[in-house]
Amino acid sequence: MIELSGVTKSFGSHQVLKGITGSVQRGEVVCLIGPSGSGKSTILRCINGLESYDGGSITVDGAKVDRADRSIVGIRTAMAMVFQRFNLFPHRTALENVVEGPIHVKKEPAAEALARGRDLLARVGLADKFEAYPAQLSGGQMQRVAIARALAMQPKAILFDEPTSALDPELVGEVLGVMKSLAEEGMTMLVVTHEMGFAREVADRVLFLDGGVIVEEGAAREVLSAPRNPRTQDFLRRVLKPI
Amino acid sequence: MQSFLRDAAQFLPLLLQGLKFTVLVTLGSLALSTVLGLVWALMRVSGVAPLVLVAKLVVNTLRGIPILVQLFYIYFVFPEFGLALSALQAAILGLGIAYSAYQAENFRAGIEAIDHGQVEAAESIGMGWFLMMRRVILPQAIKVVLPPYGNIMIMMLKDSSQASTITVAELTLQGSLLASSTFKNMTVYTLVALLYLSMSLPLIAFVGWLERRFGKGARR
Repeated sequence: MIELSGVTKSFGSHQVLKGITGSVQRGEVVCLIGPSGSGKSTILRCINGLESYDGGSITVDGAKVDRADRSIVGIRTAMAMVFQRFNLFPHRTALENVVEGPIHVKKEPAAEALARGRDLLARVGLADKFEAYPAQLSGGQMQRVAIARALAMQPKAILFDEPTSALDPELVGEVLGVMKSLAEEGMTMLVVTHEMGFAREVADRVLFLDGGVIVEEGAAREVLSAPRNPRTQDFLRRVLKPI
Repeated sequence: MQSFLRDAAQFLPLLLQGLKFTVLVTLGSLALSTVLGLVWALMRVSGVAPLVLVAKLVVNTLRGIPILVQLFYIYFVFPEFGLALSALQAAILGLGIAYSAYQAENFRAGIEAIDHGQVEAAESIGMGWFLMMRRVILPQAIKVVLPPYGNIMIMMLKDSSQASTITVAELTLQGSLLASSTFKNMTVYTLVALLYLSMSLPLIAFVGWLERRFGKGARR
């Protein structure tokens, strides 16, 4: 469904992506792991056109991702994104955040969108927070609103950019729980994460990225339990045993 | 004090006539400068190079010429190009255009103060540029822009007195005509000052109300 082939990207003289090739199949959960600065987030941002890329190609269901072309709107509505810092609209309530895209971008009838929005918020455990503004919510609640906002677009896939990195440790579980249930329902997900437990338990495949290249990839359990590449081994050792 | 009150009762009708024009000039140029300023600001943040350049050029030109000179230009020079305006029209147009530059800088600052994550969130749900501005950026920028906007309103109210130089019979001109014909400078100018205050103080209160109104729920 998402295909990357030889994707390169530079910021000034610094090459962040040095030829990324990979794919995400429909219904698959793929985790992107690797040290910070390795280009994980940049890959996600290129896939839904928040960044342009310099070389290679990215296609979504066969359509080329081109940030400058009108077709990007269709790709973005098909590939919802969940951000590290939530990026909720602070001037709108939880429910308004969720229905903003369906009503104003997809032009759905308001009543329909609102009904689905309430269902989605209930599903992420926020049935009592429809009218709350982001400032009145905890980090975990905000990220769950953001996930509901992504789901409201009825996307074919969801891109998660370190969805739990900005959360207090005790709030990480509620967000990962929602993501796990999405995975179990067959949602296609590409997740940049440092949560190795989540990757091991939920991901079908793991890609390990270092220095702008995919160093190792394979089934989640294999890569995380028995990494073959020394850089993967080193990274996992440092993540799993920080002291 | 008694003679002051007696004179005041006599002068007030004439001054109130002037007040009417002060209000007209202020409201007209406020509306014009707001619309034009928003256009310049949106061009400036559009990311489209020619639009950015034009907006910069316009704003800096307008900021670089005294308002008085701009008024003279519109009232006395435009007729030579076949565009003859009444004094009132010229005052509204001149002040409106001159102030659009300051409005634009204020609006731009407000737009640029919004976290870039908001742009990304809007883009990620497929919003185009205009929809994003209307639904996401401008509603948040209003909160940032309002306090300085209030200041601009008050400055415009006072600067409407510059219309007197192109013969608009607004409050200041009426006042100076009265003063020079009666020599009761203290009475006349005290009244004029009080009349300006009677408009600007409610305006200040109104801006405070707007800030509270738009600040609701937008805390972060």
